[in-house]
Amino acid sequence: MMLIDCPHCGPRDENEFTYGGQAGIAYTPDVDDEAWAGYLFMRDNPKGWFHERWFHAHGCRTWFSVHRHTVTHEMRPQP
Amino acid sequence: MSHPEFLWRNPEPKPAYDVVIVGAGGHGLATAYYLAKNHGITNVAVLEKGWLAGGNMARNTTIIRSNYLWDESAAIYEHSLKLWEGLSDDLEYDLQFSQRGVLNLAHNLADVREGRRRVNANRLNGVDAEWLEADEVKKFCPVVNASDSARYPVLGATLQRRGGIAKHDHVAWALARKADAYGIDLIQNIEVTGFEMVKNRVTAVQTTRGRISAGKVALAAAGHTSVLAAKAGFPLPLQSHPLQALVSELLEPVLDCVVMSNAVHVYVSQAHKGELVMGAGIDTYNSYGQRGAFHVIEAQMAAALELFPIFSRVRVLRTWGGVVDVSPDASPIIGRTPVDGLFINAGWGTGGFKATPGSGWVYAHTIAHDEPHPLAVPFALERFTTGALIDEHGAAAVAH
Repeated sequence: MMLIDCPHCGPRDENEFTYGGQAGIAYTPDVDDEAWAGYLFMRDNPKGWFHERWFHAHGCRTWFSVHRHTVTHEMRPQP
Repeated sequence: MSHPEFLWRNPEPKPAYDVVIVGAGGHGLATAYYLAKNHGITNVAVLEKGWLAGGNMARNTTIIRSNYLWDESAAIYEHSLKLWEGLSDDLEYDLQFSQRGVLNLAHNLADVREGRRRVNANRLNGVDAEWLEADEVKKFCPVVNASDSARYPVLGATLQRRGGIAKHDHVAWALARKADAYGIDLIQNIEVTGFEMVKNRVTAVQTTRGRISAGKVALAAAGHTSVLAAKAGFPLPLQSHPLQALVSELLEPVLDCVVMSNAVHVYVSQAHKGELVMGAGIDTYNSYGQRGAFHVIEAQMAAALELFPIFSRVRVLRTWGGVVDVSPDASPIIGRTPVDGLFINAGWGTGGFKATPGSGWVYAHTIAHDEPHPLAVPFALERFTTGALIDEHGAAAVAH
């Protein structure tokens, strides 16, 4: 189980959180099908550092972003 | 004592092949086998960065079934199941394929409706399916707690009698032995690090053991497909997650079918050797770590005890994790890619083992003809742009 550092509550167990996937996906209305597919479905899936969102669902209900390594699971706050 | 006969050679890579398959798991090996058997293409290398069949092929829970809801899925998984039914003979190897029946339990009214609907859809697609009422479930699988006093009572179940399990290692070894006998090079400890292209056509792969020219390149790398696609310069709608499973200590025969439950969320079978094999859902975050969190294991054991109070004192022997590549509609991606001569077979997510022969069959056809096999057409990468998704999330008789 990962210990996730909530910016509001501090370090808490992973099972208090839900995962939000890749961070920084901007809503892009009025685009062609390919760009819309990119917005809806295409996501980075790196083996290494990943910029992602978490939601403190069973806590303060804050959404926040971290950088996490997808092999070691090490986390560091958004730079 | 002499060493038993080796099942395949351990060749050095040649400088060039007609087809290079990336990944020597079940799907890569099946693809190699059917390229040779069905299409006469034998100048083939299967490159494996680890050891043969040491990824998800070694880590899955070996359940085989074809009771998917949608027509496209039922067609490809049923094709696979039919191949399973002849595969031990075809490969001349005992795969311990056991059609002991797969139950998908219903615990609430929505489950019952979904299950009955799926039974009807399956029958229309020529897939064997039955609806069992609660008392029939009890008869079919006496160790399931089908009493009214259960927290989530069993209200019924779908049953696919032709479903079951097989011995995953035997499947990999048998496919490898046959592919090797056709002259296909199975090369381990070689990682693909890049692709060479001329005018958007792949011409070679770069590897940790040098450059290998390739007429065609076929990805069969499961959880690592995104990493390879990134090297080839195109995005994929895949996310790699940990998927954990566990086995108990060895028991006398006690469970002679496969039991799956969405609502309580665990699936359980008993392997030939005697251990209970259990799995459930993914860890939610992206990871290539081949491990997950213990609370996920705890949840699936709690679910197993809810269904099987008789297992309350059974001890866990071992837990492990693999890396599964999950697509947005929980269906695989098979076919061409934006790079000419580079093919993809990925996105099988949490359910690829059952598809091993069917996947290899259609993928080999797709590679050989440069055109998707009819069963693979709906699974093209383009569906995420056209919107023609095959949405098996929640429809596939399992929560992904």
